[in-house]
Amino acid sequence: MHHVVLERWSRGASALHRLDARAKLIALFALLVALSLTPPAGLLRAAAFLLAVVLSGLVCARLPLTQLLLRAAVVLPFSASVALVSWFAGDPSRAISLLLKSYLSASLVLLVVATTPMPDLLTGLKRLGLPAVLTLVIQFVYRYLFVISEQAQHMRLASAARLGAGGFRISAGAVAVLFARSLARAEHIHWAMLARCGVSTPRPLLARPFGPPDVLFTVCAVAAAAALAILSRP
Amino acid sequence: MTPLVRVRNLHYSYDNGTQALRGVDFELYPGESVALLGANGSGKTTFVLHLNGLLTGQGDVEVAGLPVNATHLQQIRRKVGMVFQDADEQLFMPTVLEDVAYGPANLGLPPEEAVHRALHALEAVGLKHLEKRAPYQLSAGEKRRAAIAGVLAMAPEILVLDEPTTYLDPPAQRELIRLLAALPQAKIIVTHDASFALAAAHRAVFFQQGIIAAAGPVPEILHRFRWTVTQHSE
Repeated sequence: MHHVVLERWSRGASALHRLDARAKLIALFALLVALSLTPPAGLLRAAAFLLAVVLSGLVCARLPLTQLLLRAAVVLPFSASVALVSWFAGDPSRAISLLLKSYLSASLVLLVVATTPMPDLLTGLKRLGLPAVLTLVIQFVYRYLFVISEQAQHMRLASAARLGAGGFRISAGAVAVLFARSLARAEHIHWAMLARCGVSTPRPLLARPFGPPDVLFTVCAVAAAAALAILSRP
Repeated sequence: MTPLVRVRNLHYSYDNGTQALRGVDFELYPGESVALLGANGSGKTTFVLHLNGLLTGQGDVEVAGLPVNATHLQQIRRKVGMVFQDADEQLFMPTVLEDVAYGPANLGLPPEEAVHRALHALEAVGLKHLEKRAPYQLSAGEKRRAAIAGVLAMAPEILVLDEPTTYLDPPAQRELIRLLAALPQAKIIVTHDASFALAAAHRAVFFQQGIIAAAGPVPEILHRFRWTVTQHSE
């Protein structure tokens, strides 16, 4: 599963891993905005710069280059379908721009996710002001993705043990069973929350201080994003 | 002696018409450990869910002299700590520490105090070294102990454990018995496990089709209802 691999990568001990999640999220946001503002004429320069950022980030975090760059390509089938429309509409530069921007954005996001454990990422998002209900939804989806995927694997094994060959009907049935079980589990989780005097959203605990390395990283990243936005103008 | 829990003539039917409880009378005294035995579907779990108002049937349920109703729900839930059968459903926060501190934070304690209580509870169950772990990274035994810590952090007067030995291997079961013996709270333990009931409880009640068919010392009840594997196979 992708999330298991990402989980393993995110538990590293490099300087990039140790930075506060807020610093990485602000840097990511700034670089994504700069990339989205880049006109097609200056895209190659911007792409080269951002690729260098991603590669140096990967080296610094001691993450596997090829695996991560390949995983970022997961967005290409989606953006390629839109890029094809632009291409056939007679605007190949926009098509190429779309593909490059989507791939670079995915690489940057993946770099942040692969260097920040999900609990830290959620805390960072909360501290940056993302509505609590949204972080709660992300938290629950991520938490129970593991449980549900484990259940799905057990069902697949149970099917294989009885010489199950798969197929649409079997898969659809399995999805229906998983859905029903997830629904029952959701009710039990709600009970577990209520049993501990649960409120709609969990109250925040102690915040980790935003230290000098975090400030320095954020300032550098925002400056780099600003430089990128200015220099990529034709 | 005044009972901590007093239940009189409790009836409960599920929405599908299943009559789960048909007039249950029960008392629990301070410091006592009671095992709830009985076949699947005999009403044990339904019964314990009434003790902190997660289900509401007809009849009288009192905890520490307070009737279980909407007015006293928060007070009751502070007093009754519920450990659910599937620890995955109880551990929903991103890290072990945040999960254990969830209850104290809901009680309105300041974050420092909630964290202090959580660390103390984790120490009591021997999991302090795992405070920063995500729940999905724990073993079944560790998850069970983390779930108990989450309840202990709320300083309850009564512990309710629903099938606490599920998914636990014998060493983890022994560890759980030791842990429960060291806790001063009165305990209600829903279980199918005869040896666990013998080791962890002073008294047993036997549920049969929604009523308490018998109550008494654990060995006597086990013998009377032939509640051991060897007797069943004879």
